[in-house]
Amino acid sequence: MKYPEKNVAITGIGQSRISRDAGFSPLSLTLDAVLEAIADAGLERSDIDGMSCWPGDYQDASGMAPVGIPALQDALRLKLGWYSNCRETAGQFGAIFNAIAAISANLCRHVLIFRTMYQATARKTSFANASFQPGGRAFWPYDWFAPYHAYAAASQQALYFSRYVHESGIKPEQVAQIALISRQNASLNPAAIYRTPITLDDYFDAPIISSPLKLFDCDVPIDGSTAIILSRVDCARDTRNPLTRIEAIGSSMQYRNSWTQLDDPATQALPGVAEMMWGRTDLSPADVDVAELYDGFSFHTINSLEALGFCPKFEAGAFIDGGSRIALDGELPINTNGGALSAGRMHAYGQVHEACVQLWGRGERRQVAGDPRVAALSTAGGPLAGCFLLVRDD
Amino acid sequence: MDETDKTHAARSLPFLTLDNRDFWTGGANNRLLIYRCNSCAYYVHPPTTFCPRCESRDVGAQPVSGFGTIFSFTMNYKKWFPGLDVPYIIAFVVLEEQDDIRLVSNIVDCNPDDVRIGQRVKVRFEQASDIWVPLFAPVGDLS
Ligand SMILES: [Zn+2]
Repeated sequence: MKYPEKNVAITGIGQSRISRDAGFSPLSLTLDAVLEAIADAGLERSDIDGMSCWPGDYQDASGMAPVGIPALQDALRLKLGWYSNCRETAGQFGAIFNAIAAISANLCRHVLIFRTMYQATARKTSFANASFQPGGRAFWPYDWFAPYHAYAAASQQALYFSRYVHESGIKPEQVAQIALISRQNASLNPAAIYRTPITLDDYFDAPIISSPLKLFDCDVPIDGSTAIILSRVDCARDTRNPLTRIEAIGSSMQYRNSWTQLDDPATQALPGVAEMMWGRTDLSPADVDVAELYDGFSFHTINSLEALGFCPKFEAGAFIDGGSRIALDGELPINTNGGALSAGRMHAYGQVHEACVQLWGRGERRQVAGDPRVAALSTAGGPLAGCFLLVRDD
Repeated sequence: MDETDKTHAARSLPFLTLDNRDFWTGGANNRLLIYRCNSCAYYVHPPTTFCPRCESRDVGAQPVSGFGTIFSFTMNYKKWFPGLDVPYIIAFVVLEEQDDIRLVSNIVDCNPDDVRIGQRVKVRFEQASDIWVPLFAPVGDLS
């Protein structure tokens, strides 16, 4: 097969309770998600013969990545043909892209992928979101930011977003629609962290973090874990859920891989991966029924809407104006569980989980009407970018 | 301490390496040092000993004018930890010599409300430990 991802399916999903104060260890949360995903696929622990994750155990107190493959493999006593974490890759979805390669190379058939965050609890004991310690010395890639009191991802994103606003002319009340729609969707998702709808006034009354980023443009750190099972299609046919294949991936790096020198901060690294993805499928943006677009910051989602071709470059403002197009009953429902902005920072895997929920008709009050079959997913952030299409085949 | 750079918290710093030492210490002699190819004159940043344009390995630090343009900026309001005075400005500055050299910096010695994308700025240095941190201030007409 020319494009091996078409031979790989997502067969099961699982998620722990998502909270601001778990009271359970990161490994315990991970086990909740993983065991649910294996059972959801209709598989046994012994069927899992591959493991993949992004970014691997950070071995620090930040809560960014408190669980890696070794601890989880040992807890589950899995016997594997292939396993790998990855950090220097196409963002969070790099773990999925690697697993596709491993499955295609016949190294494994059912790959367990997980993403665990413990930042809500970690924040109570260490400096919020620190890329480096105030007054300390910083490693790559923060060395060029460190002396300038640019302490968090928000500092970098604000620099890119500011350039986007300058070039596109997007209005703040248009940007706000991403946060408003996310919260509206979250109000229908009992598992979301924040479920009370917000208004434009709430958006503008909230503090500015770093202009033009306001509070509601930034996602919510959580404790929680998400897991998915990736399976070779012929093995997936025996599993429990409707066959849902990966139709096309965008994993390329066409730019300077740098948080300061990336070619175009206004669009970040998304155009290259989107071009790759659409080059590997006969589908087009008009075929997408639901879009789960990374929203570590609302700006990421705006970038994705343009780069993935749902609207022309620098015209997302008009596209999302008023919010109706991207609402649950709109032509392109986005971030239907509330996204990272309202459901919580599951770091792109919340989006993967939710895409399956929608394609499998499990959305309950937030289910997109019309039996959605095609989902588009993206991750973004500086030089990190990845995207893929999920298609339910039945 | 000037008006805009009033973040009393100590600056975090990079580790000095053989590659970045010239950049971070050139300010001791009031010079902004950027790596440049001695074969084709292309500036290479971050500093390294390979020219991506002509593949020469003869690349080394040279002083630049210190003038640049604000490519993008953000006014940081979030008090990330106690003792950090806000707001302050973080910017991407593109150097006058070559438009793909983009430095992160703070914009200082001006009213932060007057900072604009496209504004011309000039370097100045602030010593912190063994490093001379390049900062930028607007030059000429602010209107
Ligand atoms: Zn050269």
